[in-house]
Amino acid sequence: MVIVHVVVTVLLGAGVFFTLVGSIGLLRFPDFYTRLHATGKCDTLGAGLVILGAMVYHFFQYPETLLVPAKLAFLILFIFIANPTATHAIMKAAYKTGVEPWRLGEERR
Amino acid sequence: MRKGEKWFGLLFTFCVMAVFWVLLSGIFDAFHLISGLVCCAIVAIISRDLLVNGKSENKLLKSLRLIMYIPWELWQIVLANIDVAYRVLHPKMPIDPLIIEFETTLRGDFSLLTLANSITLTPGTITILVEPERGKFWVHAIAKEPADALLVDQTMQRKVANVFIET
Repeated sequence: MVIVHVVVTVLLGAGVFFTLVGSIGLLRFPDFYTRLHATGKCDTLGAGLVILGAMVYHFFQYPETLLVPAKLAFLILFIFIANPTATHAIMKAAYKTGVEPWRLGEERR
Repeated sequence: MRKGEKWFGLLFTFCVMAVFWVLLSGIFDAFHLISGLVCCAIVAIISRDLLVNGKSENKLLKSLRLIMYIPWELWQIVLANIDVAYRVLHPKMPIDPLIIEFETTLRGDFSLLTLANSITLTPGTITILVEPERGKFWVHAIAKEPADALLVDQTMQRKVANVFIET
């Protein structure tokens, strides 16, 4: 049981780390497009790892209800499809309305 | 569309939705199972063209190759996150954003979708626009190296083309 707890803790910790990095990137990066780089990628893996941790925990702690890990697996699948699509949609909307991309050496916005 | 394909699409949609119903409900008494199956049948009859439209060939081979492609993609996602974490946490923030354009030979809806989402999830690049007629992509890259990976190496384009058997 100890090894399961270690694995779950590592997964949850990694997930929280990547979500945190995404949030820091949102604050530090200079413009709209680069900020989307931080949130669009880190949130996908961060949420995925947290749900994976919950899946492993549930699988070993309550083995009689296998439907819950299966549902969580579907959740990961849908996040991995929906997140890049949404990022792309926001990016496209910004590009079409003429948000100027930041270049190296300019001031941050 | 031939008659056999029509029935295959109907049956396939029905089976997928029935499995999904059982998974999500988790209640196995007669009432819930029968009402679920009735709903699945109605939805399958109305929207069978959405899932299987009978246009493309070699569906089984493509699905197998797509499943083989996913582990590589997951590894790329991990690399992408480490890359972004490095750029975010580095005190000098080594970024040099630029927008690149390139054309691919892909034309299918699903292959273009796969490539666009893969580009967004892999290190340092996000798809901005896709023009399906010419297979043209506008991509925002966070620095020069990830842009070169798409423009010069073209590993990802070749992998997606291989998955969907489009040259």
